[in-house]
Amino acid sequence: MALPIVYNLRNVAQRPVATLTTALGVSLTVAIFIGALALAAGFRAVLVSTGSEANAIALRKGADSEISSGLSREAVNILRAHPGVAAGPDGRPLATADLVVVTNKERRGQAGSSNLTVRGVDPSGVGVRASVRLVAGRMFEAGADEVIVGHRIAGRFANCGIGDRLRFQQRDFTVVGHFEAGGAAFESEIWGDAAVLGPALDRDNVFQTVTFRMKDPARFEALKRELESDPRLQVQLKRERDFYAEQSETFTALITGLGVFITAIMSVGAIFGAANTMFAAVGARTREIATLLVLGFRPGAVMLSFVIESILIALAGGVLGCLLALPINGITTSTTNFSSFSELAFAFRVTPDALVAGMGFAFAMGLLGGFFPALRAARQPLAAALRGG
Amino acid sequence: MSPDAVLRMLVPLAAVVAVPLGLWLVARLSDAVQARFTLSPLTMVFMNLSRNKVRTLLTTLSVTVALFLFCTLGGVLDTLDASIEVGSRSRLVTRNAISLVFPVPFAYRDRIAAVPGVREVGIQNWFGGQDPVNPRNFYAQFAVDERFLRIYRREMDIVEATQPQAARPVPEGVDPRLAGYLEDRTGAIVGRALMTKMGWRLGQRVTVNGTIYPGTWEFTIRAVYAARQRSFGEEVLYFPFDYLDQRGMAGSKQVGIYVIDVDDPARSAAVARAVDALFENSSAATRTESEQAFQAGFVSMYGNVPFVLRVIGLAIVFAILLIAANTMVMSIRERTTEFGVLKTLGFRDGTVFGLVLAEAAVITLGGGVLGALLAKFLIEWSGFNFGGFLPPMSVYWTTVIAGIAISFAVGAVSGLIPAWQASRLRIVDALRRVD
Repeated sequence: MALPIVYNLRNVAQRPVATLTTALGVSLTVAIFIGALALAAGFRAVLVSTGSEANAIALRKGADSEISSGLSREAVNILRAHPGVAAGPDGRPLATADLVVVTNKERRGQAGSSNLTVRGVDPSGVGVRASVRLVAGRMFEAGADEVIVGHRIAGRFANCGIGDRLRFQQRDFTVVGHFEAGGAAFESEIWGDAAVLGPALDRDNVFQTVTFRMKDPARFEALKRELESDPRLQVQLKRERDFYAEQSETFTALITGLGVFITAIMSVGAIFGAANTMFAAVGARTREIATLLVLGFRPGAVMLSFVIESILIALAGGVLGCLLALPINGITTSTTNFSSFSELAFAFRVTPDALVAGMGFAFAMGLLGGFFPALRAARQPLAAALRGG
Repeated sequence: MSPDAVLRMLVPLAAVVAVPLGLWLVARLSDAVQARFTLSPLTMVFMNLSRNKVRTLLTTLSVTVALFLFCTLGGVLDTLDASIEVGSRSRLVTRNAISLVFPVPFAYRDRIAAVPGVREVGIQNWFGGQDPVNPRNFYAQFAVDERFLRIYRREMDIVEATQPQAARPVPEGVDPRLAGYLEDRTGAIVGRALMTKMGWRLGQRVTVNGTIYPGTWEFTIRAVYAARQRSFGEEVLYFPFDYLDQRGMAGSKQVGIYVIDVDDPARSAAVARAVDALFENSSAATRTESEQAFQAGFVSMYGNVPFVLRVIGLAIVFAILLIAANTMVMSIRERTTEFGVLKTLGFRDGTVFGLVLAEAAVITLGGGVLGALLAKFLIEWSGFNFGGFLPPMSVYWTTVIAGIAISFAVGAVSGLIPAWQASRLRIVDALRRVD
């Protein structure tokens, strides 16, 4: 016969301080675990949302990021004219040949500078990225020395306010608008007309990537085969969503790895803490446990009961850890994306999966921490336990 | 194996042997002292600790684990620091003012070399290739010229090299052992740690897939270097700039960065300004800064990561505080009657307070010292280097000492409440209580 859970609950309530400190130890571990997952998830979400399922992106063969890619104007023209490219409402192809460069700009309000991605786009192809929407000001005009700035970095870098002037090489560009892009990485970029930015940045007649809306996204594989085998192009074609998701892999792997490393070691400490508490609980109730055994409770039932008690404490800590981690949801931070070599702002995302994983982690800590004390409880030499104390 | 490597292996081994030995000695010592009934306060502390050995061990180990982690995180910050220190103040780095991604014209080299105070100008160009077998197996490749090798001769110790085909003189100032490398257009100088990691041998041909410069590139390993300074790192492949120029950029000679060796370090800031002034109004303006500032720029790219690590470090300290305090509270509660007896025997409140506090401090200090030293030696021994993004990880002694100090402080704080409770205990209450 199993011991009722109420027995455990009452036992836990008997030692509130010890229970609370143990649970707090578990909760801190769980909170850091969830925090690391939230950081990785937030970063990944930005890049995944950057790509659209309906778009394809062409890069030079062998290039693993936008900045290491390069396409000639000839290749760009062939791609734009391809029948697989969808047409916009004005009948022109929904495609943009992007000029992507990294520039170093001063931060605002603090010393130092950081890298920013500047993207020269095709003004007629802005419609390819349907999520782009101006939040202030207006769109840059084709052919003018004007740029728009992603709203995530507008406040973080100097001279990014509307009406401010940003200098690239020898030319000043006026900031005319701020835009958002549904949380995408574009929100950490500066956009202008490729035809103007190219000469200003000394990048005439060469583009990094071509992104276009596919007429029939289902035919992607056939399109990919056709374009990649065209000797004039020397390109690789990827779904835009897959491409940006790949760009997040290095950083996501780094953060997840670091998070797992830290929490794995911390959890050892928390397990020792739980074991300590449970050993004390078993020690204080030696006679009581012996009595239970004498009454006919099987050693297995006694053991289970103590493991459950430990798990209960750890789960309470897990809930607390989730609560501690929740407020970081939505906090914006930034780091360098190693793929684009420039700053990317993103928000922590505490996902339900991370919370579930955190609770599972707490459960495991409780189980491991309670196992040996429970074993000791179940293996008490009865006579000595009843006599002593 | 060099004596340094032997030493590096011996130290953690010694720690592994010495620590259990030390613990055993302490245990024997306290037994011996107990046997003589010379109850000094310290003996009493050790007797109390040994009455519940499992608990003492678990608590000490939790503190060990926490301090290990604390010092490891501190080590990450130290390593970021160390990566700045590679840069010498007497060297300058000139890059394109827009950003590192843009090249600097080759024609600038001689104009920079003519600036007063400049001793030498070397070329360094990021290649950004991938291992064809496993693209995640990241390591850095740079195309460099002979002048670069001359500037960095102090940092790179050539430990192995192939023999040259013909005995030709090596340019002055370049390590003579590099003769074999210099005569091979597709030769490479590879760091010792990278050789071990990839399982390469001297003279072997290795393949790299270009991402910026397309194609499959083959190099022959002509020399192996060791870093004279740990932070310089040993995981880079250097190959001739001429080869990159001819094959990768059709002879257009676009240079990634120039490394400038300055005659007088005190004047390096003035030299940097003079270099930038030369190209201020040209199509490719430059930005020249000390090598140290250049490296610091990379570190600042990690953004808030150092801050996050500090927060986690604090959370860990708080977690140990909880575990240690919990143990002390439990341990004191179990011994309430005993404290009553002590007080009856004439022990003063202050002594009882000190006894409990010392008990907590011994646990946390012992665990702390163990964890901090373990972090120091284990991590430096493993040579972990974040997949090549940073120099091999190091934990400074200052971090180790800070960690130990923190563990001691934590011990004192965690012991305060139970110590206060024990010292304020009234004899009647303590003796009356039945558990």
